[in-house]
Amino acid sequence: MSGVPREVVRAPHAVLSASAEIVDPTDPFVVSAADDLLATLRAIGKPSGLSAPQIGLSWRLIAVNASLHPRSRSSAGAVTLVNPRLAEAAGWRHGREGCFSVPGLLGEVPRATRITVSGELPRTGESVTIEADAFEARCIQHQLDHLDGVLFLDRVSGARALHHRSHSCYA
Amino acid sequence: MGLSAVTVLGVDRPGVIAEVTGSLAECGVNIQDSTMTLLGGHVAMMLLVAGELSAEQLRERVRIPEVVVSAAAVDASRHFSCPGAGLEYVLTLHGPDKPGIISAVAGVLASVGGNITGMSTRLSGRLYVLIADVALPAAVDVADLMRKLAAVGANLGSEITFRPGEPDLL
Repeated sequence: MSGVPREVVRAPHAVLSASAEIVDPTDPFVVSAADDLLATLRAIGKPSGLSAPQIGLSWRLIAVNASLHPRSRSSAGAVTLVNPRLAEAAGWRHGREGCFSVPGLLGEVPRATRITVSGELPRTGESVTIEADAFEARCIQHQLDHLDGVLFLDRVSGARALHHRSHSCYA
Repeated sequence: MGLSAVTVLGVDRPGVIAEVTGSLAECGVNIQDSTMTLLGGHVAMMLLVAGELSAEQLRERVRIPEVVVSAAAVDASRHFSCPGAGLEYVLTLHGPDKPGIISAVAGVLASVGGNITGMSTRLSGRLYVLIADVALPAAVDVADLMRKLAAVGANLGSEITFRPGEPDLL
Protein backbone atom coordinates (compact mmCIF):
# COMPACT_ATOMS: atom_id res chain seq x y z
CA MET A 1 0.00 0.00 0.00
CA SER A 2 2.93 2.37 0.54
CA GLY A 3 4.02 2.90 -3.06
CA VAL A 4 7.06 4.74 -4.36
CA PRO A 5 6.98 8.39 -5.44
CA ARG A 6 7.82 8.78 -9.11
CA GLU A 7 9.05 11.72 -11.13
CA VAL A 8 6.26 13.81 -12.65
CA VAL A 9 6.48 14.07 -16.45
CA ARG A 10 6.56 17.62 -17.78
CA ALA A 11 5.07 18.88 -21.04
CA PRO A 12 5.95 18.71 -23.84
CA HIS A 13 5.90 14.90 -23.68
CA ALA A 14 4.19 12.36 -25.93
CA VAL A 15 2.59 10.50 -23.02
CA LEU A 16 0.69 13.68 -22.07
CA SER A 17 -0.82 13.94 -25.56
CA ALA A 18 -1.90 10.31 -25.91
CA SER A 19 -5.21 8.66 -25.11
CA ALA A 20 -4.58 6.29 -22.21
CA GLU A 21 -5.50 2.62 -22.28
CA ILE A 22 -8.18 0.85 -20.26
CA VAL A 23 -6.53 -1.46 -17.75
CA ASP A 24 -7.42 -4.35 -15.45
CA PRO A 25 -7.81 -2.96 -11.91
CA THR A 26 -6.73 -6.30 -10.40
CA ASP A 27 -3.51 -6.49 -12.44
CA PRO A 28 -0.62 -6.38 -9.92
CA PHE A 29 1.21 -3.84 -12.11
CA VAL A 30 -1.84 -1.56 -12.10
CA VAL A 31 -2.20 -1.99 -8.32
CA SER A 32 1.46 -1.08 -7.89
CA ALA A 33 1.09 1.93 -10.19
CA ALA A 34 -1.95 3.12 -8.20
CA ASP A 35 0.10 2.95 -5.00
CA ASP A 36 2.94 4.84 -6.68
CA LEU A 37 0.56 7.48 -8.01
CA LEU A 38 -0.83 8.07 -4.53
CA ALA A 39 2.69 8.09 -3.07
CA THR A 40 3.73 10.68 -5.66
CA LEU A 41 0.75 12.83 -4.78
CA ARG A 42 1.58 12.45 -1.11
CA ALA A 43 5.19 13.47 -1.76
CA ILE A 44 4.03 16.62 -3.55
CA GLY A 45 2.29 17.51 -0.33
CA LYS A 46 -0.62 19.50 -1.74
CA PRO A 47 -4.32 18.62 -1.84
CA SER A 48 -4.64 17.85 -5.52
CA GLY A 49 -4.60 15.01 -8.05
CA LEU A 50 -2.45 13.14 -10.52
CA SER A 51 -3.04 10.85 -13.46
CA ALA A 52 -1.02 7.83 -14.58
CA PRO A 53 0.25 9.60 -17.75
CA GLN A 54 1.89 12.15 -15.46
CA ILE A 55 4.16 9.42 -14.12
CA GLY A 56 4.79 8.10 -17.60
CA LEU A 57 2.11 5.39 -17.78
CA SER A 58 -0.52 5.65 -20.50
CA TRP A 59 -3.14 3.91 -18.36
CA ARG A 60 -6.59 5.06 -17.29
CA LEU A 61 -5.77 5.58 -13.64
CA ILE A 62 -6.08 8.68 -11.46
CA ALA A 63 -5.41 9.64 -7.85
CA VAL A 64 -7.17 12.49 -6.08
CA ASN A 65 -6.99 13.94 -2.61
CA ALA A 66 -8.99 17.14 -2.25
CA SER A 67 -9.19 17.08 1.52
CA LEU A 68 -7.81 20.14 3.29
CA HIS A 69 -7.98 22.30 0.15
CA PRO A 70 -9.52 25.67 1.06
CA ARG A 71 -11.95 25.52 -1.87
CA SER A 72 -13.08 21.94 -1.23
CA ARG A 73 -16.58 21.04 -0.15
CA SER A 74 -16.90 17.35 -1.00
CA SER A 75 -13.94 15.09 -0.35
CA ALA A 76 -13.65 11.37 -0.86
CA GLY A 77 -10.24 11.52 0.79
CA ALA A 78 -7.17 10.04 -0.83
CA VAL A 79 -8.60 7.85 -3.56
CA THR A 80 -7.36 6.08 -6.68
CA LEU A 81 -9.73 5.19 -9.50
CA VAL A 82 -9.12 2.82 -12.41
CA ASN A 83 -10.90 3.41 -15.72
CA PRO A 84 -12.80 6.43 -14.37
CA ARG A 85 -15.76 7.68 -16.37
CA LEU A 86 -17.64 10.94 -16.09
CA ALA A 87 -21.31 9.98 -15.66
CA GLU A 88 -22.89 13.37 -14.93
CA ALA A 89 -21.78 16.99 -14.95
CA ALA A 90 -23.62 20.19 -14.09
CA GLY A 91 -23.11 23.81 -13.11
CA TRP A 92 -20.31 25.10 -15.34
CA ARG A 93 -18.01 27.74 -13.93
CA HIS A 94 -14.64 29.26 -14.83
CA GLY A 95 -11.81 28.78 -12.39
CA ARG A 96 -8.05 29.26 -12.41
CA GLU A 97 -6.05 26.05 -12.45
CA GLY A 98 -2.56 24.76 -13.11
CA CYS A 99 -0.88 21.41 -13.56
CA PHE A 100 2.16 19.68 -12.07
CA SER A 101 3.15 18.79 -15.64
CA VAL A 102 2.95 22.43 -16.76
CA PRO A 103 4.86 24.28 -14.06
CA GLY A 104 4.69 28.03 -13.95
CA LEU A 105 1.44 28.55 -15.85
CA LEU A 106 -2.20 28.95 -14.84
CA GLY A 107 -5.31 29.30 -16.95
CA GLU A 108 -8.98 30.16 -16.61
CA VAL A 109 -10.81 26.94 -17.45
CA PRO A 110 -14.55 26.23 -17.49
CA ARG A 111 -15.42 23.09 -15.53
CA ALA A 112 -18.55 21.52 -14.12
CA THR A 113 -18.99 22.31 -10.44
CA ARG A 114 -20.90 19.11 -9.70
CA ILE A 115 -20.02 15.73 -11.17
CA THR A 116 -20.61 12.05 -10.76
CA VAL A 117 -17.73 9.74 -11.63
CA SER A 118 -17.70 5.98 -11.73
CA GLY A 119 -14.73 3.65 -11.87
CA GLU A 120 -13.09 0.70 -10.22
CA LEU A 121 -10.89 0.44 -7.18
CA PRO A 122 -7.41 -0.98 -7.72
CA ARG A 123 -6.70 -4.40 -6.20
CA THR A 124 -10.35 -5.49 -5.70
CA GLY A 125 -11.84 -4.14 -8.92
CA GLU A 126 -14.89 -3.06 -6.95
CA SER A 127 -17.07 -0.60 -8.86
CA VAL A 128 -17.50 2.73 -7.13
CA THR A 129 -19.31 5.97 -7.79
CA ILE A 130 -18.12 9.32 -6.45
CA GLU A 131 -20.18 12.47 -6.31
CA ALA A 132 -17.96 15.52 -6.15
CA ASP A 133 -18.32 19.28 -6.22
CA ALA A 134 -16.22 22.45 -5.99
CA PHE A 135 -12.46 21.85 -6.01
CA GLU A 136 -12.72 18.06 -5.95
CA ALA A 137 -14.93 18.13 -9.06
CA ARG A 138 -12.49 20.42 -10.88
CA CYS A 139 -9.56 18.26 -9.84
CA ILE A 140 -11.17 15.03 -11.05
CA GLN A 141 -12.12 16.58 -14.42
CA HIS A 142 -8.55 17.80 -14.84
CA GLN A 143 -7.25 14.26 -14.28
CA LEU A 144 -9.86 12.75 -16.62
CA ASP A 145 -8.61 15.12 -19.33
CA HIS A 146 -5.10 13.75 -18.89
CA LEU A 147 -6.43 10.28 -19.72
CA ASP A 148 -7.60 11.64 -23.06
CA GLY A 149 -4.34 13.45 -23.80
CA VAL A 150 -5.84 16.84 -23.02
CA LEU A 151 -4.07 19.50 -20.96
CA PHE A 152 -5.82 22.37 -19.21
CA LEU A 153 -4.12 24.59 -21.80
CA ASP A 154 -6.46 23.06 -24.40
CA ARG A 155 -9.45 24.38 -22.47
CA VAL A 156 -8.23 27.86 -21.50
CA SER A 157 -11.05 30.22 -22.33
CA GLY A 158 -9.11 32.85 -24.29
CA ALA A 159 -5.88 34.69 -24.94
CA ARG A 160 -6.22 36.77 -21.80
CA ALA A 161 -6.94 33.74 -19.62
CA LEU A 162 -3.38 32.37 -19.52
CA HIS A 163 -1.20 33.54 -16.66
CA HIS A 164 2.16 33.04 -15.08
CA ARG A 165 1.79 31.31 -11.72
CA SER A 166 1.94 33.66 -8.77
CA HIS A 167 0.49 31.28 -6.22
CA SER A 168 -0.29 27.59 -5.90
CA CYS A 169 -3.68 26.28 -6.93
CA TYR A 170 -2.88 23.13 -8.85
CA ALA A 171 -5.66 20.84 -9.92
CA MET B 1 -10.44 65.52 -30.23
CA GLY B 2 -7.85 63.07 -31.54
CA LEU B 3 -6.90 59.53 -30.80
CA SER B 4 -3.39 58.47 -29.88
CA ALA B 5 -1.87 55.04 -29.27
CA VAL B 6 0.43 55.19 -26.26
CA THR B 7 2.90 52.40 -25.48
CA VAL B 8 4.65 52.05 -22.15
CA LEU B 9 7.64 49.79 -21.50
CA GLY B 10 9.83 49.70 -18.42
CA VAL B 11 11.09 47.72 -15.47
CA ASP B 12 8.17 46.60 -13.35
CA ARG B 13 7.82 48.13 -9.90
CA PRO B 14 4.90 49.05 -7.65
CA GLY B 15 3.32 52.33 -8.67
CA VAL B 16 4.44 52.51 -12.29
CA ILE B 17 0.91 52.16 -13.68
CA ALA B 18 -0.34 54.78 -11.24
CA GLU B 19 2.35 57.18 -12.43
CA VAL B 20 1.61 56.61 -16.12
CA THR B 21 -2.14 56.91 -15.81
CA GLY B 22 -1.81 59.85 -13.42
CA SER B 23 0.36 61.66 -15.94
CA LEU B 24 -2.14 60.93 -18.71
CA ALA B 25 -4.95 62.26 -16.53
CA GLU B 26 -3.01 65.47 -15.98
CA CYS B 27 -2.80 65.75 -19.77
CA GLY B 28 -6.60 65.66 -19.86
CA VAL B 29 -6.84 62.58 -22.05
CA ASN B 30 -9.38 59.83 -21.68
CA ILE B 31 -8.17 56.21 -21.72
CA GLN B 32 -10.53 54.36 -24.05
CA ASP B 33 -8.91 50.94 -24.39
CA SER B 34 -5.88 49.57 -22.63
CA THR B 35 -4.04 46.36 -22.01
CA MET B 36 -1.13 45.66 -19.71
CA THR B 37 1.01 42.66 -18.96
CA LEU B 38 4.44 41.71 -17.67
CA LEU B 39 6.99 40.54 -20.22
CA GLY B 40 10.03 39.03 -18.58
CA GLY B 41 9.87 41.37 -15.61
CA HIS B 42 9.08 44.41 -17.73
CA VAL B 43 5.76 46.18 -17.61
CA ALA B 44 4.26 46.51 -21.08
CA MET B 45 1.16 48.62 -21.55
CA MET B 46 -0.70 49.88 -24.59
CA LEU B 47 -3.41 52.50 -24.37
CA LEU B 48 -5.73 54.14 -26.83
CA VAL B 49 -6.35 57.64 -25.51
CA ALA B 50 -8.55 60.49 -26.67
CA GLY B 51 -7.86 64.14 -25.95
CA GLU B 52 -6.87 67.53 -27.22
CA LEU B 53 -3.12 66.89 -27.07
CA SER B 54 -1.30 65.56 -30.10
CA ALA B 55 0.79 62.42 -29.94
CA GLU B 56 3.92 64.56 -30.02
CA GLN B 57 2.66 66.62 -27.06
CA LEU B 58 1.89 63.43 -25.13
CA ARG B 59 5.42 62.15 -25.72
CA GLU B 60 6.76 65.43 -24.31
CA ARG B 61 4.54 65.56 -21.24
CA VAL B 62 4.34 61.92 -20.14
CA ARG B 63 7.80 61.30 -18.74
CA ILE B 64 8.26 58.58 -16.13
CA PRO B 65 11.65 57.54 -14.70
CA GLU B 66 12.97 54.25 -16.15
CA VAL B 67 9.94 53.93 -18.41
CA VAL B 68 9.90 54.39 -22.18
CA VAL B 69 6.70 56.05 -23.34
CA SER B 70 5.86 56.49 -27.00
CA ALA B 71 2.76 57.85 -28.70
CA ALA B 72 1.44 57.87 -32.24
CA ALA B 73 -1.65 59.37 -33.82
CA VAL B 74 -4.37 56.88 -34.72
CA ASP B 75 -6.94 57.32 -37.46
CA ALA B 76 -10.25 56.82 -35.65
CA SER B 77 -12.09 55.91 -38.82
CA ARG B 78 -10.08 52.78 -39.54
CA HIS B 79 -11.58 49.45 -38.58
CA PHE B 80 -9.88 46.14 -39.21
CA SER B 81 -12.41 43.67 -37.88
CA CYS B 82 -13.84 40.96 -40.09
CA PRO B 83 -16.87 42.12 -42.07
CA GLY B 84 -20.10 40.22 -41.59
CA ALA B 85 -21.31 38.04 -38.77
CA GLY B 86 -18.16 35.98 -38.23
CA LEU B 87 -17.53 33.50 -35.47
CA GLU B 88 -15.10 33.69 -32.57
CA TYR B 89 -12.71 30.85 -31.90
CA VAL B 90 -9.93 30.13 -29.42
CA LEU B 91 -6.74 28.51 -30.66
CA THR B 92 -4.33 26.79 -28.29
CA LEU B 93 -0.92 25.50 -29.31
CA HIS B 94 1.54 23.82 -26.96
CA GLY B 95 4.74 22.00 -27.70
CA PRO B 96 8.51 22.36 -27.80
CA ASP B 97 9.82 25.87 -28.28
CA LYS B 98 11.26 26.67 -31.68
CA PRO B 99 11.45 29.69 -34.01
CA GLY B 100 8.57 30.36 -36.40
CA ILE B 101 5.63 29.02 -34.39
CA ILE B 102 3.58 32.21 -34.39
CA SER B 103 4.22 33.01 -38.02
CA ALA B 104 3.26 29.49 -39.11
CA VAL B 105 -0.04 29.59 -37.23
CA ALA B 106 -0.82 33.20 -38.11
CA GLY B 107 -0.10 32.48 -41.77
CA VAL B 108 -2.72 29.74 -41.92
CA LEU B 109 -5.30 31.94 -40.19
CA ALA B 110 -4.52 34.88 -42.48
CA SER B 111 -4.89 32.67 -45.57
CA VAL B 112 -8.62 32.34 -44.85
CA GLY B 113 -9.13 35.94 -43.76
CA GLY B 114 -8.99 35.12 -40.05
CA ASN B 115 -8.18 37.93 -37.67
CA ILE B 116 -6.21 37.38 -34.45
CA THR B 117 -7.94 39.67 -31.95
CA GLY B 118 -5.92 38.67 -28.90
CA MET B 119 -2.85 36.57 -28.28
CA SER B 120 -0.71 35.40 -25.36
CA THR B 121 2.43 33.32 -25.57
CA ARG B 122 4.31 31.85 -22.65
CA LEU B 123 7.52 29.88 -22.34
CA SER B 124 7.78 27.51 -19.40
CA GLY B 125 10.92 25.41 -19.52
CA ARG B 126 10.89 23.63 -22.89
CA LEU B 127 7.14 24.16 -23.25
CA TYR B 128 5.91 26.91 -25.54
CA VAL B 129 2.25 27.87 -25.25
CA LEU B 130 0.29 30.09 -27.61
CA ILE B 131 -3.34 31.01 -27.06
CA ALA B 132 -5.11 33.24 -29.56
CA ASP B 133 -8.58 34.66 -29.92
CA VAL B 134 -9.52 34.40 -33.58
CA ALA B 135 -12.37 35.99 -35.54
CA LEU B 136 -13.27 34.17 -38.73
CA PRO B 137 -15.40 35.40 -41.63
CA ALA B 138 -18.71 33.55 -41.72
CA ALA B 139 -17.92 31.84 -45.02
CA VAL B 140 -14.77 30.06 -43.84
CA ASP B 141 -14.71 26.27 -44.11
CA VAL B 142 -13.76 25.64 -40.48
CA ALA B 143 -13.21 21.89 -40.94
CA ASP B 144 -10.71 22.57 -43.73
CA LEU B 145 -9.01 25.23 -41.62
CA MET B 146 -8.68 22.78 -38.73
CA ARG B 147 -7.04 20.24 -41.05
CA LYS B 148 -4.52 22.89 -42.13
CA LEU B 149 -3.84 23.85 -38.53
CA ALA B 150 -3.37 20.20 -37.57
CA ALA B 151 -0.80 19.85 -40.37
CA VAL B 152 1.05 22.93 -39.10
CA GLY B 153 0.95 21.54 -35.57
CA ALA B 154 2.36 18.21 -36.73
CA ASN B 155 5.22 19.97 -38.52
CA LEU B 156 6.01 21.90 -35.36
CA GLY B 157 5.69 18.83 -33.11
CA SER B 158 2.95 20.67 -31.24
CA GLU B 159 -0.64 20.06 -30.26
CA ILE B 160 -3.19 22.54 -31.62
CA THR B 161 -6.81 22.81 -30.50
CA PHE B 162 -9.24 25.15 -32.25
CA ARG B 163 -12.63 25.55 -30.66
CA PRO B 164 -15.50 28.03 -30.62
CA GLY B 165 -15.24 30.85 -28.11
CA GLU B 166 -17.71 30.91 -25.28
CA PRO B 167 -19.16 34.40 -25.03
CA ASP B 168 -21.43 34.73 -22.02
CA LEU B 169 -24.17 37.04 -23.26
CA LEU B 170 -26.56 37.32 -20.33
